Amino acid sequence: MKADKHLEFEKITAKALPEFEALSPGHRACPGCGEMLALRQALKGLGPNTIVVNATGCIEVVSTPFPQTAWNIPWMHVAFENASAVGSGVEAARRALLRKGRLTDADTTIVVVGGDGGTSDIGFQSLSGALERGHNFIYLCFDNEAYMNTGVQRSSATPEFAWTTTCPLGSASSGKTHKKKDLPRIMAAHDIPYVATATPAHPLDLMNKVRKGAAVKGPAFIHIFSPCPTGWRMPAERSIEIAKVAVKSNIYPLYEVIHGEYVVKRNSKNPLPVSEYFKLQGRFKHLTAQDVRTIQDRVDATMDRLLSYARLSDDTKGRP
Amino acid sequence: MGLRTGIEVSLALAEAVGLSRADVIAAYPITPQTHIVEHLAEMVAEGRLDAEYVAVESEHSAISACLGSAAAGARTFTATASQGLAFMHEILFIASSMRLPLVMAVANRTLSSPINILADHSDIMPERDIGWVQLFAENGQEAHDLTLQAFKLAEDSQVLLPVLISLDGFFLSHMIEPVTLISQEEADAFLSPCTLKPRLDPAEPRTLGALGGPEVYTEVKQQQNEALCGAVPVLEKIWNEFSGQFGRSYRSLETYRLDNAEIALITMGAVSETARSSVDQLRERGIRAGLVRIRLWRPFPVRELLSSLDPIPCIAVLDRMLSPGSVNGPVALEVKSAFYQHSRQPRINCFVAGLGGRELSRRTFIEMVNRSLAGESHDTPSIHLDVRHA
Repeated sequence: MKADKHLEFEKITAKALPEFEALSPGHRACPGCGEMLALRQALKGLGPNTIVVNATGCIEVVSTPFPQTAWNIPWMHVAFENASAVGSGVEAARRALLRKGRLTDADTTIVVVGGDGGTSDIGFQSLSGALERGHNFIYLCFDNEAYMNTGVQRSSATPEFAWTTTCPLGSASSGKTHKKKDLPRIMAAHDIPYVATATPAHPLDLMNKVRKGAAVKGPAFIHIFSPCPTGWRMPAERSIEIAKVAVKSNIYPLYEVIHGEYVVKRNSKNPLPVSEYFKLQGRFKHLTAQDVRTIQDRVDATMDRLLSYARLSDDTKGRP
Repeated sequence: MGLRTGIEVSLALAEAVGLSRADVIAAYPITPQTHIVEHLAEMVAEGRLDAEYVAVESEHSAISACLGSAAAGARTFTATASQGLAFMHEILFIASSMRLPLVMAVANRTLSSPINILADHSDIMPERDIGWVQLFAENGQEAHDLTLQAFKLAEDSQVLLPVLISLDGFFLSHMIEPVTLISQEEADAFLSPCTLKPRLDPAEPRTLGALGGPEVYTEVKQQQNEALCGAVPVLEKIWNEFSGQFGRSYRSLETYRLDNAEIALITMGAVSETARSSVDQLRERGIRAGLVRIRLWRPFPVRELLSSLDPIPCIAVLDRMLSPGSVNGPVALEVKSAFYQHSRQPRINCFVAGLGGRELSRRTFIEMVNRSLAGESHDTPSIHLDVRHA
């Protein structure tokens, strides 16, 4: 067991990767699908004693075409907007049954899985409610920044200026006109014990964050940047590269909020310019130099804010 | 022996949920259902009921949490009404399709707009096709008894379906009635502890709620329908057992003074008591009226309905919902449909009344009988009673 901030958990290292695979190969995800890579890693971190509740979305559709299933662990899908509520019911039921002696294994981890639409749009209320009630589950949001399952429509997690089929380009439009909803920040505002961001390009980091989420008592929320070659208009082999560039350019900062304290992974003094991130993707190919400057300023300000939160956390640590 | 006491019907129903030793209650307030979940919260707070009380943030989440709970193997209850039931709509179908046993009480109230918190059946009738067993209580005793029976039916290994109990908002939910409350000892003798096997079990992983294409969807729906229709003999067995233990008998429909009847009223819910006293009044005046009260709405008891109405030539159906643009209200459509292929064709009139809490009195039923006997044709659309024109 390693103590990390206030958390104790068994850390996964490159030399001790779990062999367990919750997902069988042969599912129907697109080549290079970032969320299926991240899902595989997350479930490796959790192991077989796990129950998954899945919102409607790509993961649900590609993994369970009856009579086949890719899942080697218990899995349940009900609808789009209610995965957190279904997970609440599973968790409450298990709590009751453990107390009454009808279940004996108290170590099962309950995981709720949703995409960005299922989390930041239609499932937002049920997630917020479940976090407020303190259900002991991990919510994994696989954010590929649009409704990919239905063919690339904008969600509130789609970044500003990005092309989607419902914010197309035209003489009167240059992509999405609204900023991306900052979901991890909103989740942290629920004062839950653990919030983190992760990507499939940082697998050990992702697995260990999921383990930390399982180790806390109460809800954990892990936001996973999930490159989608199909929707982002880029080659399938670019998924991991784009996630690395997103982190190195501070487009997607990696951080944790552990019992309210911010822990931010600091990049080098000279992060990549955000233009490096945009140039790899067809969905941003129409961006003007002014658009890029606008986003660079915003990204810099966000990073400054996160680092100031982290400094504040460091300063207050250890105070009585 | 049970204790006969004066109790608000919502509380009597909640007490039965407690007697059933429910494991999980998902609760969201809505008038006129709220007293049910409030009373359950009290029972949990007082330590009388060992259950997880999940105070969800919406009815949609209430029913969703119930599906998760039932899949995890817990005895599960929720209650709602009106807009709340409409908000649950999407998930209600999934509960039955996934064969998840749970029990829900619906304190029937109309739907907006205009916003109106009072009773009719506008909330429940659009949910006819959700694939649940649906029962209508007439009085507090029934609300109490049906709740205990509902858990036994839902969790029966031959059934495994959600069960819904309707009780008219305010007119029943808020009435203080004499109810013989079942004792815990009696309840335990009637309803075994929950033995649902958790379907979400890491030791035996299953995929629930998979994607089903055209090659399987039809068969899934057929099997679901078979299961729902197959619930009837199980329910009858449960009613026999209940009657043996408690002396109160239940059937899919109740009849009153149908001998030699020249006309039968058809009603559902609490207003049936008023209808019954109207029948007495009519009989005193020499009009041979009778009553059929439908208790089991889904699956619809066609055979029992046809045999109980034989050979009555004239039928007056009360619909407490206006189904816009339809030939008739939902209950009359069901009754007419039942008779369509029957050799005997009684005159059937549909009367729409009692909407949004508007009072239904003996006058209403007497008017229904008089107008039906006066020969208003069954070809006519619904007759809307008591509409005040400006």
